[in-house]
Amino acid sequence: MCEILAVSSGGGHWQQLQLLSKAFDGKKVVYACSSDVGDASIIRLPDCNMRTPWRLIITAIAAWKLVRQINPDTVVSTGAAPGVLVLITAKLHRRRTVWVDSIANTERMSLSGRLARSFSDLWVTQWPQVSHRSGAVYLGAII
Amino acid sequence: MIFVTVGTQLPFSRLLHFMATWASDRQEKVILQTGDQGDYAGCESFQTLSKSQFQDTMQQARIVVCHAGIGSILSARDANKPAILVPRRACFSEHRNDHQVSTATAFEGRRGLRVAWDMEDIPRLLLEEIETPDASDGANYDRLISGVRDFVTA
Repeated sequence: MCEILAVSSGGGHWQQLQLLSKAFDGKKVVYACSSDVGDASIIRLPDCNMRTPWRLIITAIAAWKLVRQINPDTVVSTGAAPGVLVLITAKLHRRRTVWVDSIANTERMSLSGRLARSFSDLWVTQWPQVSHRSGAVYLGAII
Repeated sequence: MIFVTVGTQLPFSRLLHFMATWASDRQEKVILQTGDQGDYAGCESFQTLSKSQFQDTMQQARIVVCHAGIGSILSARDANKPAILVPRRACFSEHRNDHQVSTATAFEGRRGLRVAWDMEDIPRLLLEEIETPDASDGANYDRLISGVRDFVTA
C-alpha cells in the first residue's frame, strides 16, 4: 500500500505534477502518466481525451486496475482526462482525492476539472478569478 | 541561437513557417522542435527532441519562441531563458479551443515573458532586450504546496 498515487497526462500536466510533488515530501508516492516521460519507474497509462470515447473506456479499465493494484490512501491529479478517470475510480473506492486544475485554465475550470468536481475532496484552481466563478479552492499557483 | 518549440502533440505550422522564412535571410541560427513532419527549409529542425537534447538546446538558446503551452513556459523558466509566447488559435485549427489565448493574456507582463499576438510582432520582440524570468520559489508556489501538503498529511 502506498500513501499517494500521483497521476497526469504528459507535457505541461506532468511538469505541474512534478512541481507539486514537493507537497508529498516524506510520503510514499507512486507516479503514473499517460505519456512516455522516459522513466521506467513511472507507471504508463493509456492516453485519451473527452473526444475519444473508445480510448476513454480503455483508460477507465486501466485506471480501475491501477487503483486496485496500488491501493493508495490519496490520489492527486493535475489533469487531464486520464487523471480524472483515476480520481473517479479512487473516490468509488472511498479514497481521498485532490484535483489541481492546470494553470493553463485561466478563465474557467477545464472540462476534465468540471467532471472531477463531484469526486474531489480538494478541488483546486490556480487562478483567483476561476475560484470566484466556479467555487474551486484557490491556494496559490505553480508559477 | 533562437529555439522555437511548439510542444510535441499538435502541429503549429503557421509559427514554424514564419520562423523558417524569417531565419532564411538572418545570420542568427534558429532551431525548431516541430512536433510534425513538415519541411521547414532554412532551419535546423527536429520533430521531437529527447529530454536531454531539449534541455541542451534550451541552454544554448539566447531566447525561446514557443506556443503558449504551460510545458514550454515552465521549460524556458527552468532554463532561465526569456520566452516569446505565440498563442495557438482555434480558428486556424491549431488547438481545440482558444485557451492558449487566455493563457497568454494571463501571463503577459510577467518577467521574462512577452506575447506575440501576431506573427509580425515576433521580429520586433526578438530585437528587444528581455529580462530573464523569475525563479521558481515564489510566494504563490509556497502557498500552493503548503495547502496541498496540509491536505495530504491530514
